[in-house]
This record gives sequence, structure tokens and C-alpha cells, in this order.
Amino acid sequence: MHRLRPALTWAALLTAIALPLSLAGTSPLLQWRNPPYIIAGFAGIVAMALLLVQPLLVAGYLPGLTGPRGRHLHRWIGGGLLLAVVIHVATLWITSPPDVVDALLFASPTPFSAWGVIAMWAVFATALLAALRRRLRLPPRMWRRGHAALATVIVLTSALHALLIEGTMEVMSKTALCLLVLIATAKALSDLRKRLRPR
Amino acid sequence: MPHRLLTRRNILATGAAAGASGVLIPAAPARAQALDPTRSMRGGSNNYRAGAPLVDRIGGGGFWMTGTVRNARDGAPLAGQRIQIWAHTTEGHERDPHSHGATLTDANGIFRLEMPQIVPAFGQPHGHLAYDSGDFETVFLRPVMARSSDTTLEAHFILQQS
Repeated sequence: MHRLRPALTWAALLTAIALPLSLAGTSPLLQWRNPPYIIAGFAGIVAMALLLVQPLLVAGYLPGLTGPRGRHLHRWIGGGLLLAVVIHVATLWITSPPDVVDALLFASPTPFSAWGVIAMWAVFATALLAALRRRLRLPPRMWRRGHAALATVIVLTSALHALLIEGTMEVMSKTALCLLVLIATAKALSDLRKRLRPR
Repeated sequence: MPHRLLTRRNILATGAAAGASGVLIPAAPARAQALDPTRSMRGGSNNYRAGAPLVDRIGGGGFWMTGTVRNARDGAPLAGQRIQIWAHTTEGHERDPHSHGATLTDANGIFRLEMPQIVPAFGQPHGHLAYDSGDFETVFLRPVMARSSDTTLEAHFILQQS
């Protein structure tokens, strides 16, 4: 069982990511969308998948990627998340500029747009804080609190954003992915806090 | 009413009420009663293209956009009013010129335009309608379908003299 466990963990993670992605790939809506709009949708799904990987990496839950290796990869995946969000918004802009302008100005008729825009700004703020962390000589405690608060905002608003949308994602796999993101983030934040506490 | 919230429930309720009264209007003798003019909905004018041509049908058809146009002054149906319609359908994006068309209301203030099936876009299956002919205040509507499998969608205009 001990030898099987790493393989099972990785298989579960790959399934949790591959299933929603491949089911979205069979969505009938795709046939009525042009390439930028299709890319926009998948960039959003990839971003959600990366949100699942992030807490697993930083808390060292992934076999073979524990400790500094996991944290190192966590930074790279963070950069990937930023890129996915930028691609998501840029390709939506190409598809329908006025809808994206409405969303960015919080004037959209659809409630999920506001949640998505809040998540986007929280991702930008996280990236900025991470980039300036050394230069600002941020005390580790402040960095941890700030980063944890932003991460919490990102996962909550992203899940709301995704769940309220009628799009290419299949509903069951979308709901499962969102729940996994929320559970993984909550567990990682709680475990990391415990590890810091003196026994 | 200084603040009328544009919630989905509100819009649906207003639409349903307007729909119900629209059914009654042709049968009942026209009563001179002022009505609240329809306000433009959030995002209603997105991807609007001025001067959409009058058409018998947008593309291959199969989906019906219907509704009524009435005068806010007395509630009377308005005939011959030009309503422009566009949406993301099985035949094109909202921005595509061929996704746009216009129709006129009949003697009872009713309009019906056949168009391709509307499919969810930007997270909701929705259509766009515009009254933009100048005699009355411009109104842009953005009704949302209850289910994306619906093959009809309605929207109602109560227009105010400009």
C-alpha cells in the first residue's frame, strides 16, 4: 500500500484535471465558437486546474515534490496561472470587447463576471506581492498572511465564477473540480499554519 | 422610483407582466392609461450594429424572437415600429453582421422574427433587441432564456416619446 500511494495520488490528481478538460472538449458549444473564444474557455479551465495544483505543491502533498521542490514549482505554476488569466481575459476581449469592458467596470448583467474580475485582480495582486516581496523586505509573517488571504479570495471567487457560468464545462466535473480546489486550499492553509506553530 | 434594481428576477417578472398584459391588449378596448416605460437592460447594447437590414428571417431560422411594442403614454400598441435583433447563434457570433436583422411590428404592435437557434455565449443563453428609430426614446434589451434548449424568446417594449 505504501508503494502504491504515490501512484494513486498522482493518478487522482491527473484524473481531477484531465476529466473536466476532456469533457469540455466534447461540449457542443465549441462548434459555434471561433478559435479565440475556444481558447478563452480552455484558458479558464486550465487556470482552475492550476488552482488545484498550487495548494498541493506548497503544502508538499505531491509525492516526489515535497519540501523546497514543491515550493519552487509552486512559484512557476503561479506564473502559469497569471499567464492563463491574461490569456482568458485577452481572448474574451477579442471575442466581444463590450462584454469584457462591462465586466471590468463591474457593470455586467451577469453576476459571475464580477467574481471573475475580483479573482483576476487578486491574482495580479498576488503576483505583484510575490515579485516585490524581497525588495519591500516583507516580514515573513506579513507575506504569509497576505498571500493566504489573497489565495482564499482567488479560490472562492474563481469557484463562484465558474459555477455560475453556462459554458463549455460539463456541470458535474466542473463542480467536482471547484470543490477539490476549495478543499485542497483549506487543508493546505490549515496544515501550513499548524507547522508554523511551536509545539 | 429612483432606484429600480435590474435583477434577473425583476427583469423576468417585468417581462412576464408585460407579456400577460400584451396578450390582453388586442382583446380589450384600448384604455388610455400611462405605463412605466421599459428601461434599457445592462449590456443590452453590446455588439449593437446600427442600421441592421429589415429581413424576413435571420439566416436559416428555427428559433423565434417575439414581443410587443406599446406606447407608454396610453398603453396602445404601436404598429410599424422597427425592432433590431441580434444574438450568438448556431450560425454566428454576436459581432458578425449576418447575426443581425430587423423586423416591423404589425397592427397589434406585435413582432416575430425567425432566426437561428440562440446558444449560450458569455455564460448565458441570451438575445439582444433594440428600438432605435428616434420617434421614441432608444431602448436596448437583453433577455435571457430560461433554458438553453428553448426555441423562443420574448421581449417587450413600452416606449416613451422622445
